[in-house]
Amino acid sequence: MKYLAALAGLAGFILLPHFIGEYYVEIMILFMINLILASSFRLITTVGDWSLSHIVFMGVGAYTTALLAKYLGWPFWGTVLIGGMASAAVGLAVVFPLLRTKGFGFFIGSFALGEFIRLIWVKFHFPFGGPRGMIGIPSIELGDIDFYEATPYYYLVFIFTVLCQVVLYRIDLSRTGRVLKAIYADEDLSKCIGINVARYRAMAFSVSAFFAGIAGVLLAHRLGAIDPKNFDVNTMVYLVIWVVVGGVGTFWGPIIGVAIMMVIGEAARPLAEWRPLLFGGILIVFLTLLPGGLENLILRFKEMLEKLRSAGESQPAE
Amino acid sequence: MAILEVRNLSKRFGGLMAVQGLVLDVEEGEIRGVIGPNGAGKTTFFNVVSGVYKATSGTITFDGTRTSNLSPDKIAALGVVRTFQRVALFPNFTVLENVNMGRHLHARESLFAAVFGGQRQKESENLQKSRDIVDFLGMAAHRDELASNLPYGLQRTLNVAIALATEPRLLMLDEPVAGMNPTETQEMTRIIRRIRDELGITVMLVEHDMRTVMNLCDKITVIDFGEKLAEGLPHEIQSNKEVIEAYLGAEDIVA
Repeated sequence: MKYLAALAGLAGFILLPHFIGEYYVEIMILFMINLILASSFRLITTVGDWSLSHIVFMGVGAYTTALLAKYLGWPFWGTVLIGGMASAAVGLAVVFPLLRTKGFGFFIGSFALGEFIRLIWVKFHFPFGGPRGMIGIPSIELGDIDFYEATPYYYLVFIFTVLCQVVLYRIDLSRTGRVLKAIYADEDLSKCIGINVARYRAMAFSVSAFFAGIAGVLLAHRLGAIDPKNFDVNTMVYLVIWVVVGGVGTFWGPIIGVAIMMVIGEAARPLAEWRPLLFGGILIVFLTLLPGGLENLILRFKEMLEKLRSAGESQPAE
Repeated sequence: MAILEVRNLSKRFGGLMAVQGLVLDVEEGEIRGVIGPNGAGKTTFFNVVSGVYKATSGTITFDGTRTSNLSPDKIAALGVVRTFQRVALFPNFTVLENVNMGRHLHARESLFAAVFGGQRQKESENLQKSRDIVDFLGMAAHRDELASNLPYGLQRTLNVAIALATEPRLLMLDEPVAGMNPTETQEMTRIIRRIRDELGITVMLVEHDMRTVMNLCDKITVIDFGEKLAEGLPHEIQSNKEVIEAYLGAEDIVA
C-alpha cells in the first residue's frame, strides 16, 4: 500500500510538467530545491541543534559551481558533487567551534559564522563578484538536451531531489539516525554509553551542509546568477518558517511545511510587500499554538481517530 | 590486582572540595558499596570516575589504563559504564530500542553503511543480544512498549539494561533503588546480584538504603565531606563508631 502510494506520487511528479504551465514548472523546480534544503536542515535538528547558517551552505555550493563553471569551464556533472563536498568541508570547519555551544548559543553562533562566510562573498570582488554576485553561470548541457528549458531542468532536479531524499531518509531510519535522536533525548546518557556526541553533531552538520550545497548548485544553474543576498538571514528565516510549520519530529514534517508555505506564498502574491507580515504571523501562530507543527497536528488527529475506532469496537455487542 | 584504582582523587568546585584525597581499590568481581551522608561527595565521585567531571587532581586507573580526564564515551569504551540517579532513558524509543542503543559501542556503523544498509548481520546480532538482556532482566513482556509508558520501577530497570548492553566490566549504579517500593527494591537487589554472579561484572554502587547496601555489598566505603571515613565488610561498617557518628541524626545505620 505504502509502495503503491509512493509509486503514484513519483508518477505524478513525472507527468506533472505536461499538465501545468511553464511558470508553474519553474515553481516546482524551486519547490524541489527547497525540499532538499528543508529535509537536510531537519538532519541537524534531530540532534537538537538549530542552525541559522544553513542557507549559507546552499550559497557555498552555488558559489563553488559558479566559480568552477565560469573560470574553469567545468560542466555541471563535474561540479555538482564538488559543490556538495565543498559545502560539507566548510560545514565541518564552521561546526568545530560551535560544538562548544548548545541551544541558543549554537543558533546565534552559527548565524555569526555564516554571516562571516557571506561577507567574504560581499567583500571580495574577485573572484566572487562582490555585492552584485556572479552572473552568466552557464546552463547545463547533456548531448542534445538543453537544460535551459524548464521541463528538462525539472526532470534533472527531480532526479537529484529523489536521490537526496532517499539518502536522507535512509540516514534517518538507520542506527546513525537513531543515535542522533538519542543524543537529543538525553545527551549525558548518550555519552555514558559510549556515544561520541561531538563527532555525531559534527557529522550531522557536515552531511546536512553537503545536501544544502547540492541544492545550491541546482539553484545556481537555474537562476544563472547568484549574489550574497540570495543566502542572507532573510532567506534563512523562510527556511525556519517552513520547518516550524511542518515540524521536525518526522521525516515528512519539513516536506509538508515547504509544500504548504509555498502554496500560501504563491496565493499571497497580491499582498506584495505585506507578505512578510503574513509569514511572520504564521510563524507566531505555530510557535505559540501549534508547537510541533502540522505533522504533530496530523499525528494527533490520527490518534484521535484510532481512539474513536477502538472505543467503537469495545462497545458491547447487542 | 584491583580492577579500579583511585589514588588521591580530588574534585574542587570553586571553594568547595567535593572529593578530597580519595584512595580506593575495587577488586574484580566484587560488589562495592559507597555510602555517606547527603552531600558527602558520592555522586561527584561517580561523575569523576565516569568522566562527566574532570578530576582536579589524582588519578583513576581501570585495569591498568589511566582513565582520569578521559571523556565519558572513551571511559565507556574501556568498560566502565554508569547509570544515573534520575530516570535516564530515551523516552520515545521502545524498551528494545533503548537497550539496542546501548549496543552502540558494538555497532560502529559508518555513514556509508547507514545509507546503503551494509550491516544487517551485525545489527541482527545486536538486536538478539538486546533481547537477551531484556529477558535477563525479566522485562520480556514490555519489550515493545515505549520507555516513557513504563512504571517507575521498570524504567529504573531499563536504565540498568541500557548500561548492561554496552557489555561493561565495571558497572557503576547511582542509587539504583532510590524511590522504589519494597517489592521493586527486592527485585533490583536480586538483579544486581545476578549481574555479578551470572555475568561476572564488577559492581560499584552508591545507595542510601542501608538494608540494600548491607545485604548486597561485599565491601563498603564510607565517604564524609569528600574524604574516606571508613572501609570494610558490612558488619565492620555497621559497628564503626565514626560512621555511626557521621550518620547520627541523619539516618539509622543499623537497618
